[in-house]
Amino acid sequence: MSNIPSELKYATSHEWVRNEGDGTVTVGITEHAQGLLGDMVFVELPDVDDEISTGDDVAVAESVKAASDIYAPISGTVVEINEDLEDSPELVNSDAFGDGWLFKVKVDDAGELENLLDAEGYANSIDED
Amino acid sequence: MTNKTVLHAKHLASGAKMVDFYGWEMPINYGSQIEEHHAVRTDAGMFDVSHMTIVDVQGSDAKAFLRRLVINDVAKLTVPGKALYTGMLNEAGGVIDDLIIYFFSETNYRLVVNSATREKDLAWMDKQSAGFDITITERPEFGMIAVQGPEAIAKVATLLSDEEKAAVEGMKPFFGVQVGDLFIATTGYTGENGYEIIVPDSAAEDFWQKLLDAGVAPCGLGARDTLRLEAGMNLYGLDMDETVSPIAANMAWTISWEPEDREFIGRDVLTAQKAAGDQPKLVGLVMEAKGVLRSHQKVVTEFGDGEITSGTFSPTLEHSVALARVPRSVKVGDVVEVEMRKKLVKVTVTKPSFVRNGKKVF
Repeated sequence: MSNIPSELKYATSHEWVRNEGDGTVTVGITEHAQGLLGDMVFVELPDVDDEISTGDDVAVAESVKAASDIYAPISGTVVEINEDLEDSPELVNSDAFGDGWLFKVKVDDAGELENLLDAEGYANSIDED
Repeated sequence: MTNKTVLHAKHLASGAKMVDFYGWEMPINYGSQIEEHHAVRTDAGMFDVSHMTIVDVQGSDAKAFLRRLVINDVAKLTVPGKALYTGMLNEAGGVIDDLIIYFFSETNYRLVVNSATREKDLAWMDKQSAGFDITITERPEFGMIAVQGPEAIAKVATLLSDEEKAAVEGMKPFFGVQVGDLFIATTGYTGENGYEIIVPDSAAEDFWQKLLDAGVAPCGLGARDTLRLEAGMNLYGLDMDETVSPIAANMAWTISWEPEDREFIGRDVLTAQKAAGDQPKLVGLVMEAKGVLRSHQKVVTEFGDGEITSGTFSPTLEHSVALARVPRSVKVGDVVEVEMRKKLVKVTVTKPSFVRNGKKVF
Protein backbone atom coordinates (compact mmCIF):
# COMPACT_ATOMS: atom_id res chain seq x y z
CA MET A 1 0.00 0.00 0.00
CA SER A 2 1.45 3.35 -0.95
CA ASN A 3 1.95 6.19 1.43
CA ILE A 4 -1.04 8.58 1.81
CA PRO A 5 -0.28 11.40 4.26
CA SER A 6 -3.27 12.19 6.47
CA GLU A 7 -2.68 15.98 6.50
CA LEU A 8 -3.35 16.30 2.76
CA LYS A 9 -6.51 16.45 0.66
CA TYR A 10 -6.95 14.44 -2.51
CA ALA A 11 -8.78 14.37 -5.83
CA THR A 12 -9.93 11.06 -7.31
CA SER A 13 -7.77 11.96 -10.33
CA HIS A 14 -4.71 11.46 -8.04
CA GLU A 15 -3.73 15.06 -7.26
CA TRP A 16 -2.89 15.97 -3.67
CA VAL A 17 -3.49 19.40 -2.11
CA ARG A 18 -1.76 20.87 0.92
CA ASN A 19 -3.47 23.81 2.65
CA GLU A 20 -0.64 26.23 3.48
CA GLY A 21 -2.94 28.22 5.77
CA ASP A 22 -2.29 31.54 4.04
CA GLY A 23 -4.92 31.32 1.32
CA THR A 24 -2.65 29.22 -0.90
CA VAL A 25 -2.39 25.49 -1.52
CA THR A 26 0.39 23.34 -2.94
CA VAL A 27 -0.57 20.73 -5.54
CA GLY A 28 1.18 17.55 -6.62
CA ILE A 29 0.40 14.03 -7.74
CA THR A 30 0.26 11.13 -5.33
CA GLU A 31 2.77 8.41 -4.66
CA HIS A 32 0.22 5.97 -6.08
CA ALA A 33 -0.10 8.00 -9.30
CA GLN A 34 3.65 8.29 -9.89
CA GLY A 35 3.90 4.54 -9.35
CA LEU A 36 1.30 3.93 -12.04
CA LEU A 37 3.02 6.31 -14.46
CA GLY A 38 6.59 5.12 -13.92
CA ASP A 39 9.73 7.15 -14.54
CA MET A 40 8.84 10.76 -15.28
CA VAL A 41 10.61 12.37 -18.24
CA PHE A 42 8.86 15.73 -18.65
CA VAL A 43 6.45 17.71 -16.56
CA GLU A 44 4.58 20.49 -18.32
CA LEU A 45 3.32 23.03 -15.78
CA PRO A 46 0.88 25.93 -16.01
CA ASP A 47 2.26 29.49 -16.07
CA VAL A 48 2.35 31.70 -13.00
CA ASP A 49 -0.73 33.96 -12.98
CA ASP A 50 -2.83 31.42 -14.90
CA GLU A 51 -6.43 31.40 -13.69
CA ILE A 52 -7.48 27.78 -13.25
CA SER A 53 -10.81 26.18 -12.48
CA THR A 54 -11.47 22.88 -10.76
CA GLY A 55 -11.34 20.06 -13.29
CA ASP A 56 -9.34 21.95 -15.95
CA ASP A 57 -6.41 20.04 -17.43
CA VAL A 58 -3.63 22.36 -16.35
CA ALA A 59 -0.47 20.25 -16.47
CA VAL A 60 0.90 17.11 -18.09
CA ALA A 61 3.04 14.47 -16.47
CA GLU A 62 4.85 12.61 -19.19
CA SER A 63 6.51 9.38 -18.16
CA VAL A 64 8.36 6.80 -20.18
CA LYS A 65 5.08 4.94 -20.34
CA ALA A 66 2.42 7.58 -21.02
CA ALA A 67 1.39 11.23 -21.02
CA SER A 68 -1.11 11.90 -18.29
CA ASP A 69 -3.20 15.03 -17.77
CA ILE A 70 -3.17 16.65 -14.38
CA TYR A 71 -6.38 18.41 -13.38
CA ALA A 72 -6.83 21.48 -11.21
CA PRO A 73 -8.14 20.16 -7.88
CA ILE A 74 -9.28 23.62 -6.89
CA SER A 75 -10.02 27.00 -8.53
CA GLY A 76 -7.70 29.98 -8.20
CA THR A 77 -4.59 31.67 -9.53
CA VAL A 78 -1.26 29.92 -10.01
CA VAL A 79 1.27 31.79 -7.88
CA GLU A 80 4.34 29.56 -8.14
CA ILE A 81 5.51 26.56 -10.13
CA ASN A 82 8.18 24.01 -9.23
CA GLU A 83 10.96 25.03 -11.59
CA ASP A 84 13.22 22.21 -10.37
CA LEU A 85 11.05 19.80 -12.35
CA GLU A 86 12.37 21.30 -15.60
CA ASP A 87 15.73 19.61 -15.07
CA SER A 88 14.71 16.95 -12.55
CA PRO A 89 11.28 15.53 -13.41
CA GLU A 90 12.27 12.40 -11.46
CA LEU A 91 11.59 14.34 -8.23
CA VAL A 92 7.94 13.45 -8.85
CA ASN A 93 8.94 9.79 -8.57
CA SER A 94 11.37 10.07 -5.71
CA ASP A 95 9.43 12.51 -3.50
CA ALA A 96 5.86 12.85 -4.76
CA PHE A 97 4.58 14.55 -1.61
CA GLY A 98 7.65 16.75 -1.08
CA ASP A 99 10.22 18.01 -3.59
CA GLY A 100 8.08 16.66 -6.42
CA TRP A 101 5.32 19.25 -5.86
CA LEU A 102 3.96 20.81 -9.06
CA PHE A 103 2.45 24.26 -8.45
CA LYS A 104 0.90 26.56 -5.84
CA VAL A 105 -2.49 28.17 -6.15
CA LYS A 106 -4.04 31.20 -4.43
CA VAL A 107 -7.50 29.77 -3.97
CA ASP A 108 -10.71 31.60 -4.88
CA ASP A 109 -12.80 29.86 -2.25
CA ALA A 110 -11.16 27.94 0.62
CA GLY A 111 -14.50 26.20 1.11
CA GLU A 112 -13.72 24.18 -2.00
CA LEU A 113 -11.18 22.20 0.03
CA GLU A 114 -14.11 20.52 1.71
CA ASN A 115 -15.08 18.94 -1.61
CA LEU A 116 -11.81 17.02 -1.76
CA LEU A 117 -11.18 13.57 -0.28
CA ASP A 118 -9.36 12.96 2.94
CA ALA A 119 -6.64 10.30 3.12
CA GLU A 120 -9.10 7.55 3.97
CA GLY A 121 -11.46 8.54 1.17
CA TYR A 122 -8.57 8.57 -1.33
CA ALA A 123 -7.32 5.20 -0.09
CA ASN A 124 -10.81 3.78 -0.68
CA SER A 125 -10.98 5.36 -4.15
CA ILE A 126 -7.74 3.73 -5.29
CA ASP A 127 -8.79 0.38 -3.88
CA GLU A 128 -11.63 0.48 -6.35
CA ASP A 129 -9.31 1.10 -9.33
CA MET B 1 -5.00 -18.01 -16.34
CA THR B 2 -1.67 -16.32 -15.70
CA ASN B 3 1.59 -18.03 -16.52
CA LYS B 4 4.63 -17.51 -14.34
CA THR B 5 8.19 -18.07 -15.43
CA VAL B 6 10.59 -20.18 -13.42
CA LEU B 7 12.16 -16.91 -12.18
CA HIS B 8 8.94 -15.39 -10.83
CA ALA B 9 9.96 -15.66 -7.15
CA LYS B 10 13.34 -14.09 -7.94
CA HIS B 11 11.61 -11.06 -9.42
CA LEU B 12 9.47 -10.59 -6.34
CA ALA B 13 12.56 -10.95 -4.15
CA SER B 14 14.19 -8.11 -6.11
CA GLY B 15 11.16 -5.87 -5.62
CA ALA B 16 9.80 -6.13 -9.15
CA LYS B 17 6.58 -4.49 -10.16
CA MET B 18 4.78 -7.24 -12.05
CA VAL B 19 2.39 -6.77 -14.96
CA ASP B 20 0.40 -9.00 -17.26
CA PHE B 21 2.22 -9.47 -20.56
CA TYR B 22 0.04 -11.51 -22.93
CA GLY B 23 -0.88 -13.96 -20.19
CA TRP B 24 2.49 -13.95 -18.44
CA GLU B 25 3.09 -12.21 -15.14
CA MET B 26 6.35 -10.41 -15.90
CA PRO B 27 8.48 -7.68 -14.27
CA ILE B 28 7.92 -4.23 -15.82
CA ASN B 29 10.66 -2.72 -13.63
CA TYR B 30 12.44 -3.21 -10.31
CA GLY B 31 12.08 0.44 -9.29
CA SER B 32 13.28 2.60 -12.16
CA GLN B 33 13.21 1.49 -15.76
CA ILE B 34 15.50 4.38 -16.72
CA GLU B 35 18.18 3.23 -14.28
CA GLU B 36 17.81 -0.29 -15.66
CA HIS B 37 18.18 1.09 -19.19
CA HIS B 38 21.41 2.88 -18.26
CA ALA B 39 22.73 -0.27 -16.56
CA VAL B 40 22.50 -2.07 -19.90
CA ARG B 41 24.07 0.78 -21.89
CA THR B 42 26.96 1.35 -19.48
CA ASP B 43 27.50 -1.89 -17.53
CA ALA B 44 25.38 -5.07 -17.56
CA GLY B 45 21.73 -5.88 -17.10
CA MET B 46 19.65 -9.03 -17.38
CA PHE B 47 16.14 -9.84 -18.52
CA ASP B 48 14.00 -12.86 -17.83
CA VAL B 49 12.86 -13.91 -21.30
CA SER B 50 11.72 -17.36 -20.23
CA HIS B 51 8.26 -16.55 -21.56
CA MET B 52 9.59 -16.73 -25.10
CA THR B 53 8.77 -19.88 -27.00
CA ILE B 54 11.54 -22.31 -27.93
CA VAL B 55 10.67 -24.74 -30.70
CA ASP B 56 12.97 -27.44 -32.06
CA VAL B 57 12.45 -28.52 -35.67
CA GLN B 58 14.11 -31.82 -36.41
CA GLY B 59 14.01 -34.52 -39.06
CA SER B 60 15.17 -35.31 -42.55
CA ASP B 61 13.05 -32.55 -44.09
CA ALA B 62 13.84 -29.87 -41.48
CA LYS B 63 15.88 -27.77 -43.88
CA ALA B 64 13.34 -28.04 -46.73
CA PHE B 65 10.49 -27.17 -44.34
CA LEU B 66 12.20 -24.04 -43.01
CA ARG B 67 13.20 -22.94 -46.51
CA ARG B 68 9.49 -22.84 -47.26
CA LEU B 69 8.34 -21.48 -43.89
CA VAL B 70 10.46 -18.33 -43.55
CA ILE B 71 11.55 -15.48 -45.82
CA ASN B 72 15.27 -15.79 -45.14
CA ASP B 73 17.01 -18.89 -46.46
CA VAL B 74 18.29 -21.35 -43.87
CA ALA B 75 20.45 -22.84 -46.61
CA LYS B 76 22.78 -19.92 -45.85
CA LEU B 77 23.44 -21.53 -42.47
CA THR B 78 26.32 -23.94 -42.75
CA VAL B 79 28.34 -23.45 -39.56
CA PRO B 80 26.83 -25.20 -36.52
CA GLY B 81 25.47 -22.68 -34.04
CA LYS B 82 24.96 -19.90 -36.59
CA ALA B 83 21.70 -17.98 -36.17
CA LEU B 84 19.43 -16.14 -38.57
CA TYR B 85 16.80 -13.46 -37.94
CA THR B 86 13.79 -13.66 -40.19
CA GLY B 87 10.03 -13.56 -40.56
CA MET B 88 7.30 -16.09 -41.11
CA LEU B 89 4.55 -14.89 -43.48
CA ASN B 90 1.01 -15.85 -44.23
CA GLU B 91 -0.12 -16.46 -47.83
CA ALA B 92 -1.02 -12.78 -48.15
CA GLY B 93 2.54 -11.71 -47.31
CA GLY B 94 1.74 -10.44 -43.80
CA VAL B 95 4.11 -11.14 -40.92
CA ILE B 96 2.84 -13.91 -38.62
CA ASP B 97 5.91 -13.49 -36.43
CA ASP B 98 9.58 -12.62 -36.42
CA LEU B 99 11.96 -15.20 -35.07
CA ILE B 100 15.53 -16.40 -34.68
CA ILE B 101 16.59 -19.74 -36.12
CA TYR B 102 19.70 -21.51 -34.83
CA PHE B 103 21.34 -24.10 -37.09
CA PHE B 104 22.83 -27.22 -35.60
CA SER B 105 22.65 -29.48 -38.66
CA GLU B 106 20.44 -29.81 -41.73
CA THR B 107 18.16 -32.04 -39.69
CA ASN B 108 18.22 -30.05 -36.46
CA TYR B 109 17.24 -26.41 -35.93
CA ARG B 110 16.06 -24.39 -32.94
CA LEU B 111 13.54 -21.56 -33.35
CA VAL B 112 12.82 -18.84 -30.78
CA VAL B 113 9.49 -17.13 -31.40
CA ASN B 114 7.45 -14.54 -29.51
CA SER B 115 5.34 -15.65 -26.57
CA ALA B 116 2.46 -13.37 -27.52
CA THR B 117 2.10 -15.26 -30.81
CA ARG B 118 2.90 -18.73 -29.49
CA GLU B 119 -0.39 -20.43 -30.26
CA LYS B 120 -0.84 -19.11 -33.77
CA ASP B 121 2.82 -19.74 -34.58
CA LEU B 122 2.62 -23.35 -33.46
CA ALA B 123 -0.68 -23.86 -35.28
CA TRP B 124 0.75 -22.35 -38.47
CA MET B 125 3.91 -24.45 -38.31
CA ASP B 126 1.86 -27.55 -37.67
CA LYS B 127 -0.38 -26.82 -40.64
CA GLN B 128 2.57 -26.11 -42.94
CA SER B 129 4.42 -29.24 -41.86
CA ALA B 130 2.05 -31.53 -43.77
CA GLY B 131 4.08 -33.66 -46.16
CA PHE B 132 7.42 -32.91 -44.51
CA ASP B 133 9.25 -35.56 -42.51
CA ILE B 134 9.84 -33.46 -39.39
CA THR B 135 8.97 -33.19 -35.75
CA ILE B 136 8.12 -29.86 -34.15
CA THR B 137 8.78 -29.88 -30.42
CA GLU B 138 8.10 -27.05 -28.03
CA ARG B 139 10.66 -26.85 -25.21
CA PRO B 140 8.90 -25.30 -22.23
CA GLU B 141 11.27 -26.94 -19.75
CA PHE B 142 13.83 -24.18 -20.16
CA GLY B 143 14.25 -20.72 -18.77
CA MET B 144 15.94 -18.02 -20.81
CA ILE B 145 18.00 -15.11 -19.50
CA ALA B 146 19.32 -12.28 -21.67
CA VAL B 147 22.46 -10.68 -20.20
CA GLN B 148 23.28 -7.50 -22.09
CA GLY B 149 25.68 -4.58 -21.88
CA PRO B 150 29.36 -3.69 -22.35
CA GLU B 151 30.32 -5.68 -19.23
CA ALA B 152 27.85 -8.53 -19.81
CA ILE B 153 30.26 -11.00 -21.36
CA ALA B 154 32.92 -10.41 -18.67
CA LYS B 155 30.39 -10.75 -15.85
CA VAL B 156 28.90 -13.95 -17.27
CA ALA B 157 32.42 -15.35 -17.62
CA THR B 158 32.87 -15.17 -13.83
CA LEU B 159 30.27 -17.89 -13.38
CA LEU B 160 31.19 -20.21 -16.23
CA SER B 161 33.26 -23.36 -15.93
CA ASP B 162 36.51 -23.62 -17.87
CA GLU B 163 34.75 -25.83 -20.40
CA GLU B 164 31.94 -23.29 -20.85
CA LYS B 165 34.38 -20.40 -21.13
CA ALA B 166 36.35 -22.22 -23.80
CA ALA B 167 33.16 -22.91 -25.75
CA VAL B 168 32.11 -19.24 -25.92
CA GLU B 169 35.62 -17.79 -26.28
CA GLY B 170 35.66 -15.47 -29.30
CA MET B 171 32.15 -16.47 -30.40
CA LYS B 172 31.00 -14.10 -33.14
CA PRO B 173 27.67 -12.24 -33.04
CA PHE B 174 24.59 -14.28 -33.82
CA PHE B 175 25.95 -17.68 -32.82
CA GLY B 176 24.83 -20.14 -30.21
CA VAL B 177 26.54 -23.10 -28.57
CA GLN B 178 25.29 -25.88 -26.31
CA VAL B 179 27.80 -26.54 -23.55
CA GLY B 180 26.74 -28.80 -20.72
CA ASP B 181 23.36 -27.66 -19.46
CA LEU B 182 23.57 -24.19 -21.01
CA PHE B 183 22.80 -22.96 -24.49
CA ILE B 184 24.68 -19.68 -24.82
CA ALA B 185 24.03 -17.38 -27.78
CA THR B 186 25.48 -14.05 -28.82
CA THR B 187 22.09 -12.58 -29.59
CA GLY B 188 20.03 -9.90 -27.94
CA TYR B 189 17.43 -7.18 -28.21
CA THR B 190 19.27 -4.13 -26.89
CA GLY B 191 21.97 -3.08 -29.38
CA GLU B 192 24.67 -4.06 -26.88
CA ASN B 193 26.98 -7.04 -26.67
CA GLY B 194 25.90 -9.91 -24.51
CA TYR B 195 24.30 -13.31 -24.40
CA GLU B 196 20.94 -14.95 -24.42
CA ILE B 197 21.27 -18.05 -22.29
CA ILE B 198 18.88 -20.97 -22.26
CA VAL B 199 19.08 -22.82 -18.96
CA PRO B 200 17.10 -25.82 -17.66
CA ASP B 201 14.29 -24.79 -15.32
CA SER B 202 15.96 -26.62 -12.44
CA ALA B 203 19.09 -24.46 -12.70
CA ALA B 204 17.51 -21.14 -13.66
CA GLU B 205 17.05 -19.60 -10.22
CA ASP B 206 20.57 -20.43 -9.18
CA PHE B 207 21.97 -18.99 -12.40
CA TRP B 208 19.95 -15.77 -11.98
CA GLN B 209 21.17 -15.41 -8.39
CA LYS B 210 24.80 -15.85 -9.46
CA LEU B 211 24.33 -13.13 -12.06
CA LEU B 212 22.85 -10.85 -9.39
CA ASP B 213 25.84 -11.62 -7.18
CA ALA B 214 28.16 -10.78 -10.09
CA GLY B 215 26.62 -7.30 -10.22
CA VAL B 216 24.28 -7.76 -13.18
CA ALA B 217 21.23 -5.50 -12.73
CA PRO B 218 17.81 -7.11 -13.10
CA CYS B 219 15.86 -5.24 -15.80
CA GLY B 220 12.19 -5.35 -16.67
CA LEU B 221 10.08 -5.17 -19.79
CA GLY B 222 10.04 -1.36 -19.58
CA ALA B 223 13.79 -1.06 -20.10
CA ARG B 224 13.68 -3.87 -22.63
CA ASP B 225 11.31 -1.77 -24.74
CA THR B 226 13.31 1.48 -24.59
CA LEU B 227 16.53 -0.40 -25.34
CA ARG B 228 15.16 -2.26 -28.35
CA LEU B 229 13.56 0.90 -29.69
CA GLU B 230 16.81 2.85 -29.41
CA ALA B 231 18.47 -0.04 -31.24
CA GLY B 232 15.79 0.17 -33.94
CA MET B 233 14.60 -3.38 -33.42
CA ASN B 234 11.00 -4.22 -34.23
CA LEU B 235 8.44 -5.31 -31.67
CA TYR B 236 5.87 -7.70 -33.04
CA GLY B 237 2.32 -6.41 -32.67
CA LEU B 238 3.42 -2.75 -32.80
CA ASP B 239 5.90 -2.38 -35.66
CA MET B 240 4.50 -5.21 -37.72
CA ASP B 241 1.72 -7.76 -37.67
CA GLU B 242 -0.22 -10.01 -40.03
CA THR B 243 -1.49 -7.06 -42.06
CA VAL B 244 2.01 -5.68 -42.70
CA SER B 245 4.50 -6.73 -45.35
CA PRO B 246 8.11 -7.25 -44.21
CA ILE B 247 8.99 -4.68 -46.91
CA ALA B 248 6.98 -2.11 -44.91
CA ALA B 249 8.59 -3.13 -41.62
CA ASN B 250 12.31 -2.72 -42.26
CA MET B 251 12.59 -6.49 -42.70
CA ALA B 252 13.45 -6.54 -46.41
CA TRP B 253 17.02 -7.38 -45.41
CA THR B 254 15.77 -10.65 -43.95
CA ILE B 255 14.27 -11.77 -47.28
CA SER B 256 16.43 -14.06 -49.39
CA TRP B 257 15.31 -13.55 -53.00
CA GLU B 258 17.98 -15.91 -54.34
CA PRO B 259 17.71 -18.65 -55.41
CA GLU B 260 14.64 -17.71 -57.40
CA ASP B 261 13.21 -21.21 -57.30
CA ARG B 262 12.88 -21.28 -53.49
CA GLU B 263 9.14 -21.03 -52.99
CA PHE B 264 8.76 -19.59 -49.52
CA ILE B 265 5.30 -18.71 -48.29
CA GLY B 266 4.35 -15.20 -49.40
CA ARG B 267 6.96 -15.00 -52.14
CA ASP B 268 4.48 -14.18 -54.93
CA VAL B 269 2.98 -11.31 -52.96
CA LEU B 270 6.36 -9.87 -51.99
CA THR B 271 7.61 -10.09 -55.57
CA ALA B 272 4.59 -8.12 -56.78
CA GLN B 273 5.02 -5.56 -53.99
CA LYS B 274 8.67 -5.13 -54.83
CA ALA B 275 7.87 -4.61 -58.53
CA ALA B 276 5.15 -2.07 -57.72
CA GLY B 277 7.41 -0.17 -55.32
CA ASP B 278 4.38 1.14 -53.48
CA GLN B 279 4.83 -0.34 -50.02
CA PRO B 280 5.35 2.19 -47.23
CA LYS B 281 8.52 1.93 -45.20
CA LEU B 282 9.61 1.99 -41.60
CA VAL B 283 11.80 4.96 -40.68
CA GLY B 284 13.09 6.57 -37.52
CA LEU B 285 11.78 9.85 -36.17
CA VAL B 286 13.71 12.09 -33.81
CA MET B 287 12.15 14.88 -31.77
CA GLU B 288 14.51 17.02 -29.73
CA ALA B 289 11.75 19.26 -28.35
CA LYS B 290 9.93 18.35 -25.15
CA GLY B 291 7.36 15.60 -25.31
CA VAL B 292 7.28 11.92 -26.14
CA LEU B 293 6.27 10.36 -29.45
CA ARG B 294 3.79 7.52 -28.93
CA SER B 295 2.40 4.57 -30.90
CA HIS B 296 -0.47 5.38 -33.29
CA GLN B 297 0.20 9.11 -33.55
CA LYS B 298 -0.38 10.39 -37.08
CA VAL B 299 2.61 11.45 -39.16
CA VAL B 300 1.92 14.14 -41.76
CA THR B 301 4.23 14.26 -44.79
CA GLU B 302 4.09 15.92 -48.20
CA PHE B 303 3.62 12.44 -49.70
CA GLY B 304 0.68 11.50 -47.48
CA ASP B 305 0.07 10.40 -43.92
CA GLY B 306 1.92 7.78 -41.96
CA GLU B 307 1.75 6.44 -38.41
CA ILE B 308 4.10 5.99 -35.48
CA THR B 309 4.37 2.28 -34.73
CA SER B 310 6.51 2.61 -31.55
CA GLY B 311 7.58 5.73 -29.74
CA THR B 312 9.34 6.42 -26.50
CA PHE B 313 11.60 8.71 -24.54
CA SER B 314 15.17 7.64 -25.20
CA PRO B 315 17.03 7.58 -21.89
CA THR B 316 20.39 7.46 -23.70
CA LEU B 317 19.70 10.43 -26.00
CA GLU B 318 17.45 12.26 -23.52
CA HIS B 319 14.81 13.05 -26.10
CA SER B 320 12.09 11.16 -27.87
CA VAL B 321 12.56 8.73 -30.75
CA ALA B 322 10.09 6.64 -32.69
CA LEU B 323 9.65 4.12 -35.44
CA ALA B 324 7.05 5.18 -38.00
CA ARG B 325 5.54 3.73 -41.14
CA VAL B 326 5.47 6.43 -43.84
CA PRO B 327 5.10 6.71 -47.62
CA ARG B 328 8.15 5.34 -49.45
CA SER B 329 9.03 8.74 -50.96
CA VAL B 330 9.85 10.21 -47.54
CA LYS B 331 13.63 10.43 -47.20
CA VAL B 332 16.12 10.41 -44.35
CA GLY B 333 16.75 14.03 -43.34
CA ASP B 334 13.23 15.19 -44.24
CA VAL B 335 11.29 17.16 -41.66
CA VAL B 336 7.75 15.83 -41.17
CA GLU B 337 5.05 16.56 -38.62
CA VAL B 338 3.50 14.43 -35.90
CA GLU B 339 0.07 15.09 -34.48
CA MET B 340 0.58 15.15 -30.71
CA ARG B 341 -2.08 16.12 -28.27
CA LYS B 342 -3.94 18.19 -30.92
CA LYS B 343 -0.80 20.01 -32.12
CA LEU B 344 1.47 19.37 -35.11
CA VAL B 345 5.09 19.02 -34.03
CA LYS B 346 8.09 18.94 -36.40
CA VAL B 347 10.32 15.88 -36.27
CA THR B 348 13.30 14.71 -38.34
CA VAL B 349 13.34 11.47 -40.34
CA THR B 350 16.30 9.16 -39.70
CA LYS B 351 17.24 5.60 -40.45
CA PRO B 352 15.34 3.30 -38.06
CA SER B 353 18.24 2.90 -35.62
CA PHE B 354 19.29 5.33 -32.93
CA VAL B 355 21.79 3.82 -30.49
CA ARG B 356 24.29 0.97 -30.83
CA ASN B 357 26.92 -0.02 -28.28
CA GLY B 358 26.05 2.96 -26.11
CA LYS B 359 26.52 5.50 -28.93
CA LYS B 360 24.20 7.62 -31.04
CA VAL B 361 24.19 6.31 -34.62
CA PHE B 362 22.12 8.77 -36.66
